[in-house]
Amino acid sequence: MSAVAKEWREIPARYNLEGSECGNCGRKYFPKRNMCPHCRRNGFGKMRPYDVSKKGKIFTFSIIHDAPEANRDLKPYAVAMVRTDDGLLISGQLTDVDLAQIEIGMRVRAVLRKLGDAGPSGIIHYGFKFVPDL
Amino acid sequence: MDVGIVSYGAYVPRFRIKPEEIGRVWGVDGVGMGRGLRIEEKAVPSPDEDVITISAEAARYMMDRVPDVNPQDIGAVYVGSESHPYAVKPTSGTIAEVIKATPALTAADLEFACKAGTAGIQMCAGLVGSGMIRYGVAIGADTSQGAPGDALEYSASAGGAAFLIGSEKIIAKINKTLSFTTDTPDFWRREGQPYPRHGGRFTGDPAYFRHITSAAKMMFEEMGTAPEDYNHAVFHQPNGKFPERVAKTLGFTPEQIKNGLLTPYIGNTYSGAVPIGLSGVLDKAKPGDRIFVVSYGSGAGSDAFDITVTDEIKNYKKENAPTLDKVLENPVYIDYAMYAKYKGIIIMPE
Repeated sequence: MSAVAKEWREIPARYNLEGSECGNCGRKYFPKRNMCPHCRRNGFGKMRPYDVSKKGKIFTFSIIHDAPEANRDLKPYAVAMVRTDDGLLISGQLTDVDLAQIEIGMRVRAVLRKLGDAGPSGIIHYGFKFVPDL
Repeated sequence: MDVGIVSYGAYVPRFRIKPEEIGRVWGVDGVGMGRGLRIEEKAVPSPDEDVITISAEAARYMMDRVPDVNPQDIGAVYVGSESHPYAVKPTSGTIAEVIKATPALTAADLEFACKAGTAGIQMCAGLVGSGMIRYGVAIGADTSQGAPGDALEYSASAGGAAFLIGSEKIIAKINKTLSFTTDTPDFWRREGQPYPRHGGRFTGDPAYFRHITSAAKMMFEEMGTAPEDYNHAVFHQPNGKFPERVAKTLGFTPEQIKNGLLTPYIGNTYSGAVPIGLSGVLDKAKPGDRIFVVSYGSGAGSDAFDITVTDEIKNYKKENAPTLDKVLENPVYIDYAMYAKYKGIIIMPE
């Protein structure tokens, strides 16, 4: 059942892009960190939750043709690194997008989608993917 | 205390299939079927979409439009659907987490065929009106099932809408709500069965038309109103034909139902149908507009609402999320083979 516990722990990040912010220097991180690598001991105990902007633009991307089983019905599809409006770099899948129209700099936003499941009787994994920003 | 709609949001997946394409596969005159049902095309969910993701998108649109509302002030989340992804594990809890309303709230999944979304609005209105909660969220959403080759396959689609119900800064006041409920076996799906069954023509007069007209007449009587007192009317829309007929029977004009009639363009979104129709009306409504709403859920029942749009809609940040017209822009048409893959009805090797 450890997969279920892991799923549960990751809910804030997967649903709402919850990362962390250092209370000492203000640097923001995603995924969240328990310690600021810049402030080290000076930031210890000062990390707080931070919701990363759900909007941003494509920093770089790649088209996946050889997909894992969970994405069998979606291939070919794109994955991208997205520079969020608050400056973080986040990787995720692109969905509801015409592959030929994807370009670096394209505006996108994070939405909740199914990422896969643990079989027909198992838990369903939900998390963010990026779609073109309407 | 005035209780009403504080915010709303609607979402429909971008894929579409046309009746002629479905008819092509089953050897049926799909064009004629579409004309008979008055459905030009229907929405199809992507393989990574379900009622949870559709509800989440609608709920986020709803919250984006009221940035001053603290989600921690939401005391209830109800999601009405007949296609919840889990048989046991609530959609509503996930949605509460998505809009950051957890943990001090009540939540439950509702099912009453196509009217569980409006039942959720009634429940939230009751809780707000009694002072038990400050805000409640009611969502109607479905990824509805129609058996391959069945008449339902031409209409069963996907979509949903979310409503924030409260008593502060309401953009539309709920003047009255009432319901008409009986045991009428017109449409059902047994536990564990993938597709519903229906009584064919029996779904018409003793079911849809009896319940909607009864609830509508009860509302006219209670409020002392007539169809001409309303600027807009929204009726449940399993196809494009039924709501047109029931509107005409009751004395509403085609102009009154125009903004709330989406099924011809997106198909029957079941629990999402009336909530999406009401969203379409609110997208275009002006202060003072009066809206008549009657949902229908097989089994069977109808919830009626008498709603008046308030001056607050002028301050409402509608532009913070896409309107329905925007959501429905740029659809992607798919053929039946792609549809079958997306619906998961192709048998794959282990």
